[in-house]
Amino acid sequence: MSTMVAHTGYLTGRLLRATGRQPAFVVIMLIQPMIWLLLFGQLFKRVVEVPGFGGGSYIDFLTPGVVVMTVLFTSGWSGMAFIEDMDRGVMDSMLSSPVSRGAMMASSVANQAVTIVVQSLVIIAVGLVLGASFGAGFGSGVLGVLVTLLAAVLLAAAFSSLSNGMALLVRTRESLIGFTTMLTLPLSFLSSAMMAREAAPDWIQTAASYNPVDWAVVASREALSASPDWMAVLVRLGGLLAVALFMGWIATRAFHTYQRSV
Amino acid sequence: MNVHLGAASAAPTASTTGAGPAIEANDLAKMYGDVTALNGLSFAVAPGTVFGLLGPNGAGKSTTIKILTTLTLPTTGSATVAGIDVLRRPDGVRGAIGVVTQRSGTDPQATGRENLLLTGRIHGMRGNQVKDRADELLDRFGLTEAASRTVRTYSGGMQRKLDVAMGLMHRPHVLFLDEPTTGLDPQARAEMWAEISRLAAHEGLTILLTTHYLEEADQLADRLAIVDRGELVTQGTPEQLKSELRGDAVVTELAADADLAAARSAIERVATTREVSIDGQVVRARVDHGGSAVPAVLAALETVRASVASITVAGPSLDDVYLRHTGRTFAAAEESENR
Repeated sequence: MSTMVAHTGYLTGRLLRATGRQPAFVVIMLIQPMIWLLLFGQLFKRVVEVPGFGGGSYIDFLTPGVVVMTVLFTSGWSGMAFIEDMDRGVMDSMLSSPVSRGAMMASSVANQAVTIVVQSLVIIAVGLVLGASFGAGFGSGVLGVLVTLLAAVLLAAAFSSLSNGMALLVRTRESLIGFTTMLTLPLSFLSSAMMAREAAPDWIQTAASYNPVDWAVVASREALSASPDWMAVLVRLGGLLAVALFMGWIATRAFHTYQRSV
Repeated sequence: MNVHLGAASAAPTASTTGAGPAIEANDLAKMYGDVTALNGLSFAVAPGTVFGLLGPNGAGKSTTIKILTTLTLPTTGSATVAGIDVLRRPDGVRGAIGVVTQRSGTDPQATGRENLLLTGRIHGMRGNQVKDRADELLDRFGLTEAASRTVRTYSGGMQRKLDVAMGLMHRPHVLFLDEPTTGLDPQARAEMWAEISRLAAHEGLTILLTTHYLEEADQLADRLAIVDRGELVTQGTPEQLKSELRGDAVVTELAADADLAAARSAIERVATTREVSIDGQVVRARVDHGGSAVPAVLAALETVRASVASITVAGPSLDDVYLRHTGRTFAAAEESENR
């Protein structure tokens, strides 16, 4: 266990240094959320008049949704780094060294978490500039933002593990791109990221209640509201934690499958 | 022929100082679906020696390395490395070996020094120990000036040196070098050869080297095994293998308009020739004394009016060993595997 923690530290250092050398990537991954925030925010400004939104401004509603969608669209590509390592030969070298497999997965997740926190803070800041207000006051606003970051990180852990596990199974860029694209858009729209739950058809409401993406949206939106229902927040954070741990475990198992096929 | 018998199956210890072989492979086989990559390979490597696996691409050399370095499992068979069972204690093996894979294990986004430090730390080295070792290796491989640059800026030769340095970082008992000089220019290859010879001679390291360069195997390996289509064809020291072939090779290249069949039978009729084979416009024959056979061969070719482009006499080479044991020239084998 202590080996895994130490190795996670070393490997996360490797990934963060690489990200630090290409900060452009973090910026590029922010272009899409900015378009959502600025264009959707304007386009659907009056959607809050639809019953089910319960008042408030659309930018208040949209900002946590954009944070969560950004998590999906960023961490869904996490497995690409695994495929780069496979193509290069780094993966095979690692796997014939005493490196902890769990640490290989955990370090990828940790690297994603750091990226996600930076991106989320930028999105929240832009939301505030666009006139969003979070919490009943400064203190509860800060607490709401922290809960949002936690929900984002847990969802990122689940999705980057899934993406890494798929990378180990499919081993080619093309297949991973197909898988990620097929997953991210439906999961985003089968949630309340952009549209109030009550304003959506019944079947989407049902699908959303089983969708971890929606759990992250609801937890963060609730925590950022003026009077949060903390029980609803905790239940969903617990669910996200369970999904993240399960995905991390199953994705680590995929190393065995990869090694059988090399 | 096989001189390494005995203590291989003794209790697993992480030491190579005992009498047992540093590497022992027993009847390794590997299937990928219906494709047989390895078909019962056995060999043993004595501690402190360089053992070469020689064969064309696709012969099963890399698969053997992948099994011995715990990257993949054999379908059947067993192996020990540094006295440790590869199947039962893969973690023990991983700590005792250094691996330089065919492709690079270096992270292009990290600097040379960062690559070395990470490898050392993964192997449990800490503090100044790991920093000093990294500096020592950077210095030895002439990478000190480039140490703080990211590896993506390195030349192919520099990356390969860094790969070997990473393989040595934790002072392994056994070093695996999978095609260490493929893709290097002649100068970088010569430097790599010098370094490998030095490692074996001065550090007592056991090295398993795969190569598809005959010259490389001849120059570096204390013993070598020729692998072809997943099977071990023959093994011994390069000298032993070459001495099994008596005499010299007379290699006659015929002019384009020559009648090959007539030329071949003319050469076969010369009393001192044997093992005559033909490859394109080239006829090879084995003789006891190359110098005295040449006039006889030329005279025989004259009688069938076959004009000769060139004729050379060569002492036995590993190419001849390969031809004798597999029935095809090394170049032809390479070509058919690459097709």
